[in-house]
Amino acid sequence: MSDPKNTFSLDGHEVPVTAGQTILQAAEASGSWIPTLCHHPEFEPHGSCRVCTVKLNGRTVSACTTPVRAGDVVELDTEELKGLRQNLVQFLFTEGNHFCPSCEQSGDCRLQAVGYALGVTGGHYNPLFPSRRVDASHPDVLLELNRCILCELCVRASAQVDKKDIFALSGRGIDKQLVVNAESGRLADTNLALSDKALSVCPVGAILKKRQGFLVPIGKRTYDERSIRERDLDRAKEDPQ
Amino acid sequence: MNGDLETAKDATKLRRIAIEPVTRVEGHGKVTILLDDQHRVHQVRLHIVEFRGFERFIQGRPYWEVPVMVQRLCGICPVSHHLAASKALDKVVGVQQVPRTAELVRRLMHYGQILQSHALHFYHLSSPDLLFGFGSDPGPRNVVGVLAAYPDIAKQGVLLRKFGQEVIRITAGKRVHGTGSIPGGVNKSVSPEDREELLRPLPEILEWAQAGVRLVAALHQQHQDLYDHFGTVPSSLLSLVAKDGSLDLYDGVLRAKDHQGAIIFDQVEPQDYLTRLQEEVRSWSYMKFPFIESLGPSEGWYKVGPLARVQNCDRIGTPLAEAARQELLAAAPGHLVHAPLAYHWARMIELLHSAEVIQELLAEPELGGSELVGKGPRGGGGVGIIEAPRGTLIHHYQVDDQDLVTLCNLIVSTTHNNQAMNEAIRQVARQYLDGHEPTEGLLNHIEVAIRAFDPCLSCATHALGQMPLVVELQDPSGQVVARLSRGVEPIG
Repeated sequence: MSDPKNTFSLDGHEVPVTAGQTILQAAEASGSWIPTLCHHPEFEPHGSCRVCTVKLNGRTVSACTTPVRAGDVVELDTEELKGLRQNLVQFLFTEGNHFCPSCEQSGDCRLQAVGYALGVTGGHYNPLFPSRRVDASHPDVLLELNRCILCELCVRASAQVDKKDIFALSGRGIDKQLVVNAESGRLADTNLALSDKALSVCPVGAILKKRQGFLVPIGKRTYDERSIRERDLDRAKEDPQ
Repeated sequence: MNGDLETAKDATKLRRIAIEPVTRVEGHGKVTILLDDQHRVHQVRLHIVEFRGFERFIQGRPYWEVPVMVQRLCGICPVSHHLAASKALDKVVGVQQVPRTAELVRRLMHYGQILQSHALHFYHLSSPDLLFGFGSDPGPRNVVGVLAAYPDIAKQGVLLRKFGQEVIRITAGKRVHGTGSIPGGVNKSVSPEDREELLRPLPEILEWAQAGVRLVAALHQQHQDLYDHFGTVPSSLLSLVAKDGSLDLYDGVLRAKDHQGAIIFDQVEPQDYLTRLQEEVRSWSYMKFPFIESLGPSEGWYKVGPLARVQNCDRIGTPLAEAARQELLAAAPGHLVHAPLAYHWARMIELLHSAEVIQELLAEPELGGSELVGKGPRGGGGVGIIEAPRGTLIHHYQVDDQDLVTLCNLIVSTTHNNQAMNEAIRQVARQYLDGHEPTEGLLNHIEVAIRAFDPCLSCATHALGQMPLVVELQDPSGQVVARLSRGVEPIG
């Protein structure tokens, strides 16, 4: 038995916790998977997509941003929370233009993989079919805003790692969109470089290196051989945060 | 010719019969027939009523997405679209000739596609008519009925199709809508294990394919008058042939023959297709009507698909299929076969040919090679033509310097056969319906003629932005107060 002074309850199981851990970190360390989209272990937690929503002592919180303490009671896989997470993912599909059948990120897309893992079999809500731009102005990078889920990973990577501030979110509510730091609004007029971290963190197919689509055959793509659950937990084991 | 049956001189007081949907074909279509009180036929039309739009919404997409996106036109022959688009876009990435391994993998994928599609069409969709009779009891006139009455034939059909699907899975990654072919080449080769898996059932596949040819040939011989004359209307023929004139379903040059077999054009490179072919639209169908430019819209229509191909080529390069082809040609010495029902015979010859080609390809050591994608100077567009199961398939793209598609033109196999199908059903209406009280059995004769062409109606209706439209604003009494039209030819 774990020492109750250093554990919290996760769906009725006592799970060890160390000081300063978030719910997500403690859960992953114990082998429990919590789905995430806007989270990336190399950046400060963001808590914007809410796909990692759990209940902490009866209150809904984002697992990636909320610290957990010994004695806390966390609910993760209840029917209510599973339904809530499904809805959140369905909203993302509904708000954008996500056509997995012809998307080059299919099989490599975190949104698609989370959707499958959560049992999202359809959009459920009427799609909004927003009118969004494709910015192909950059010779080597394609910006496909139809697929952007506003996770701000590129914003954070560009600011924190690349020190360039190329990406930002602009607008309010449903009109919010990803913009680039150029007077023309064109990616080609920014100082983006192919080696930038911002190019490798997009969880969907919104920021793509050009002419790479479909080079990897079915069966060899990111989530073909190992599920997102397995990949996330293996990553957490290799690199405990 | 039955051009007078396209539009009735006076449509008033005529009875309208609609066959909707046309069954046991791919996609959704309907036939309308206008009859007078004496059951005389005044108008017969095959309407394509679905609405797609691929040519328009592919615009603005990155070119490398195109082979995967456009194959969604179809669930039966997606490989054909996948490969035609890839071949067109090879030119955009500057590859005139993909690496040998890529060519072999693509060919294997394509012949697997031809085999599975032909098996599906003959055994699942058409064999009920041919085995039970066109006017037979509609209850068992389906694949379940065939399974009960002719279990061996039905089982062979199912397993032939399964084999073709496995060839596709191994080369494209999935049985339907894979991603194996990319501009400039392919993304995988065939492993020794996969090669073994496909070689194992091949002896049986070849045996069943030969049995299929024998079955259709026997049906022709038993009912020669019916099979020769049912819906028969002579026309020109169009297909790809290899540069040496032999049958090639993956690549080659365009050849057209007139109804007597004289060459209209030959050795036409795919990128020059627009110099030889044109399309027109008509107000009553979403499907375009292509024609051979030099003959004009009324005389220039033609047939594509198996019957055109086996007669357009000088020979078939595999022995069993060539022997079967000679038998078909011998059935009509000295002239071309135009009978729609002979499509089934030609289709089974091609199924046999596909099995033979798959066997040859699986013996190629370079099928498992590692050079998968070619490179070259970037181009601005390209045309890819392939012989899909149903006939010549043309994909034409232009791409801007930002890698986005600016133009897409697709002329799909079934579109080429549009006029031919309409002519065939008018002929059948004249032969069988005219003056008779229409019954289900008689109306099925119309469908039998359509099925012979194996149309894929969902592929063929894609002309968003080009179809003719009429919008009328009527007052409450039904009087037209405003009318807008686009691209509509006068009716009547």
